[in-house]
Amino acid sequence: MLTLNNINVYYGAIHALKGISFEVNKGEIVTLIGSNGAGKSTCLKTISGLLRPKEGTLSFKGNDLTAVSAPEIVSRGISQVPEGRRIFANMLVSENLDLGAYLRKDKAGIKEDMEKVFSLFPRLKERRRQLAGTLSGGEQQMLAMGRALMSKPELLLLDEPSMGLAPILVKQIFSIIQEINSLGTTILLVEQNARMALSIANRAYVLETGKIVLSGDSKELMESEEIRKAYLGG
Amino acid sequence: MGSAGDLILQQLINGISLGSIYALIALGYTMVYGIIQLINFAHGDVMMVGAYIGWFCTTVLKFSFLPALIVAMFLSAVLGVIIERIAYKPLRNATRLAALITAIGMSFFLEYGGMLIVTPQTRTFPSVFPQTVYTFGNVAFKYGDIVIVITTVILMLLLQFIVKYTKTGKAMRAVSYDKDAANLMGINVNNTISATFALGSALAAAAGVLIGVYFNTIDPLMGIMPGLKAFIAAVLGGIGIIPGAMLGGLAMGLIESIVSGIGYSTWRDAAAFIILIVVLLIKPNGLLGKNIREKV
Ligand SMILES: Nc1ncnc2c1ncn2[C@@H]1O[C@H](COP(=O)(O)OP(=O)(O)OP(=O)(O)O)[C@@H](O)[C@H]1O
Ligand SMILES: [Mg+2]
Repeated sequence: MLTLNNINVYYGAIHALKGISFEVNKGEIVTLIGSNGAGKSTCLKTISGLLRPKEGTLSFKGNDLTAVSAPEIVSRGISQVPEGRRIFANMLVSENLDLGAYLRKDKAGIKEDMEKVFSLFPRLKERRRQLAGTLSGGEQQMLAMGRALMSKPELLLLDEPSMGLAPILVKQIFSIIQEINSLGTTILLVEQNARMALSIANRAYVLETGKIVLSGDSKELMESEEIRKAYLGG
Repeated sequence: MGSAGDLILQQLINGISLGSIYALIALGYTMVYGIIQLINFAHGDVMMVGAYIGWFCTTVLKFSFLPALIVAMFLSAVLGVIIERIAYKPLRNATRLAALITAIGMSFFLEYGGMLIVTPQTRTFPSVFPQTVYTFGNVAFKYGDIVIVITTVILMLLLQFIVKYTKTGKAMRAVSYDKDAANLMGINVNNTISATFALGSALAAAAGVLIGVYFNTIDPLMGIMPGLKAFIAAVLGGIGIIPGAMLGGLAMGLIESIVSGIGYSTWRDAAAFIILIVVLLIKPNGLLGKNIREKV
């Protein structure tokens, strides 16, 4: 479904992604794990069109994405929940969700998806008339995910959804991710919480300083000595 | 009512008219600042161009007030978009100082370009309204006062509606809050910035036409002082905050009228600056400025 081929991304002189290739198949949950500064967010931003690769190609459902603008990528069916949520704190919860559906014109479909989001995150329904900035951290994460779902994506990119959340909330968010996946959305999940990510993913890629150093089935990776030492705390 | 009361009331009426005009101009400063953090120093000059378009429509084309207002607003909106695309967009990632200097350059360009085209001479605006003066006791309302206030109120309600309820308005708020996040929603950031310039310039043009019909004369440098004062009004209300610009504009108009009314008209401009400084000392983000912090 999504294929990255030898992607190289630079920030000025900093070579952040050094020839990354991987793929995500329809229906999967794939996780990209790695420590701080490995290049995980850079990778998602490149897929979303916020950054341009200097070299390499990206394709989605057989169409080239390399020179496609960020808004157009949304309309092709990829939606990102950015690191740190990036909700519009100055706007209402309902307005944030409306913005998620910015490119859609099917009013009835939008309404239906709004209900779906509310059934995944009942808390958002209670708070829909509230300023998004007044939500708690966990609620903001839910809003960021709900907002991304409002574009009706085929592929959802999640950048560290567990960041800054209490363990119980992390569990809840991860089970919702599984639920979203079971409803038919393919997921690419970026995480530092490798244990949680591997526990729900089908496959995983491990990123270290801009390169993929390991990949495979998540269960197998979970057993591997290298992963246990570096990412699962022994 | 005593004569002191009448005097105050009279100055309030003048102040509200003047303040409405400042508010209309201040909105453009604040909206543009809100979205690209640029103080658009050419904004007062766009107001001047709007006034000239209004003048041309009423004198040469013999339009009445409303069609002239609409044409001036529309053409100035186009001008605002062109200015942004040509002068500011290429500098979007440059330093803020570079953009600011460009804005000052654009201001000179419009002022002196304007002089070349329309000559530096002052033009008289035709009287598009009856020169009726309504008097209540010793307090006088001009027909023009009523038109200014009604026009301003309608335009502000319209703006509030656009910003609050339309797709473009929501996109504008989203882009001013977080451009990358807006991009991830599928919002075209460049088009949204253009829409902001269009709206701000249209409001400035309306102010220009109102100044023309109210004060009867226009000239190519007429944008400088009201532009500066509207900018102060925007800062006073809290730059980037739309209701702040409305409030700041009205406050500026009232301060000026009252200071003149009590016989210190030479202190009129200084008073505005002093109040600005005092307000900023107490509330550095302006009267309505506040910070909504994100919880992380
Ligand atoms: N805007 C930027 N300008 C310059 N360098 C950047 C920029 N953004 C990221 N980098 C650098 O690129 C590298 C990869 O950063 P990235 O944000 O992709 O890491 P990450 O894996 O998402 O880390 P984290 O887990 O901390 O979010 C880092 O070395 C970082 O310093
Ligand atoms: Mg990151």
